[in-house]
Amino acid sequence: MTHVSIRELTKVYPGSADPALDGLSLEIPTGELTALLGPSGCGKTTTMKMIAGLLAPTSGDIHFDGRSVLSEKPEHRGVVMVFQNYLLFPHMNVADNVGFGLKMRKVPKQEIDHRVKEMLELVKLPDLGDRQPSALSGGQQQRVALARALIVQPNVLLLDEPLSNLDAHLRFEMRDLIRGLQQEMGITTIFVTHDQEEAVVLADKVALILDGRLKQYGPADVFYKRPVDEATARFFGGQNFASGTSDGSVFKSGLGQLKLPDGVNPGPGKLTVRPENIRINAGENMQNSLQAVVTERVFLGTQTLVKLQVGNEKLDAIANPNEVENISVGDSVTISLPPSSLWVLST
Amino acid sequence: MVGKESFSIRSIRVLSGAVLITWLILPLVPLAIWSFAKGWFFPDLLPKRWSLQAWEYALSDLSGVMDSLWLTVWISIAATALSILVGIPAGRALGMYKFRGKELVELLILAPTIVPGIAVVLGIHSVFISMGLNNTINGVILVHLIPTLPYMILVMAGIFANYDPSFEAQARSLGASSAQTFWYVTLPAIMPGIIVGGLFAFLVSWSQYILTLLIGGGRVVTLPLLLFNFATSGRNDITGAIGMIYILPGVIILLLTAKHLSGRNGAVGGFGRI
Repeated sequence: MTHVSIRELTKVYPGSADPALDGLSLEIPTGELTALLGPSGCGKTTTMKMIAGLLAPTSGDIHFDGRSVLSEKPEHRGVVMVFQNYLLFPHMNVADNVGFGLKMRKVPKQEIDHRVKEMLELVKLPDLGDRQPSALSGGQQQRVALARALIVQPNVLLLDEPLSNLDAHLRFEMRDLIRGLQQEMGITTIFVTHDQEEAVVLADKVALILDGRLKQYGPADVFYKRPVDEATARFFGGQNFASGTSDGSVFKSGLGQLKLPDGVNPGPGKLTVRPENIRINAGENMQNSLQAVVTERVFLGTQTLVKLQVGNEKLDAIANPNEVENISVGDSVTISLPPSSLWVLST
Repeated sequence: MVGKESFSIRSIRVLSGAVLITWLILPLVPLAIWSFAKGWFFPDLLPKRWSLQAWEYALSDLSGVMDSLWLTVWISIAATALSILVGIPAGRALGMYKFRGKELVELLILAPTIVPGIAVVLGIHSVFISMGLNNTINGVILVHLIPTLPYMILVMAGIFANYDPSFEAQARSLGASSAQTFWYVTLPAIMPGIIVGGLFAFLVSWSQYILTLLIGGGRVVTLPLLLFNFATSGRNDITGAIGMIYILPGVIILLLTAKHLSGRNGAVGGFGRI
């Protein structure tokens, strides 16, 4: 139950000229699940370690409920970090691992046993208390690590790449488990990931960090509909960009004149449209319809990527394979860019 | 074919085991026989007369063997404990961190295993005299650290080279203080190194002669010094009895810890550097 406020947090490692993290400010409300998203080396793990107290910031401050925690030792912050490789203590069995935090707090043994049992049931591993960590699968190890963190009822839970080591079918199971427990216990949770899909499926809000700086912070859909710049759009799979000028309602570019949604400022900019929002073989009477030539098609399994040429501009479209079955390279097709799917990035 | 191959490998193992045991045990047999002999002269294969006199003397207060035994045990335990205390942080620094002059530090730590002890101790002797440490048990314990520390530090450096400090961060994050983290997380992880390094330190200290003789000034009479006195005085029977007592800790330690000394133990890897 803690509101986390990160203020101008900066970390410069000794012997390095560039800051690993450069003036990050974030407000993370009580009980929310927030993703710090960015490529490896962008400073997200550094941020987590500073929140956990395992690393001292070069400058800036971290507040929990309005109170600075920088001077507090890691064991007094009420922050538990679950590392990417789980770090179950190899010389203890599962139950001793889960009970570790309570033992350090000198909780009576009987109560520890009781709560460990409860916690193992919560993560759906009720019978594995006697096992050694090395005898568990990756998914089971992660659940033990999660149980070990949650049993101390932390104010803030930090997760390092919680889904990235798991198979596809385990990911959703684990996602549901993490979200379920987090909502039930109302713990403010921050996790870091380099995988935008992981961020989108798990988080209430996403903070995109590129080159040590916060690019954009908000609910996941905003990154698809209203990215702040080309780098952000590209990180979320945006591929189509056309330079031109907006007059507030129409955008003029190499793609011709396209009607814009409300809320776009006039001036020069870059038009962007997500590949999955381009409609191929649309009727002539659709808004923003264009003539395009198919230059390449790539079958992706559940989708088909269709590369298009419109005048001098290139567009990538992703379509349902059935809908583009009859289209082949060299064909001329009518496409439509619905105004609600367009967005203009300031340059 | 497979059966034959495993058979020949087995026979090689049995043979090499037998050679090793013979090599280690055989030299001790005459010692054991002497300790029960009342005169043993050429060309007799075995003594003509047997006696427990040598053992009676060795175990009596008169000979000072028991006093000397406890003194030696105390000195070796103290030297081992100090080696562990110094070896853990030193091994951690050498095994986990890169720093300027690391090679020089490693060379200096290894030096006592290369330079003869007598060369080292002549220099230290004058320093110890000025500090009032010569002719004292404490001085002997301190000087034993010279040969024991290289083993301890290199074993611990080997352990820490394969050690993941993230476990400590994890423990802190779960609410352990730094002392609790050391006790519950670090110590169990490095225990194999402490056992192996400690055993070597104990045995190295146990077998010191020159360092004890020079720094102890003849007042600190450990078992090897006593043994040497009897050996040079020609009392082969008493030498045999004391010799048997002297090798006891080595045998006990070897039997108790044989499994820790297998090649699979990461701690033994540190010896590759010696």
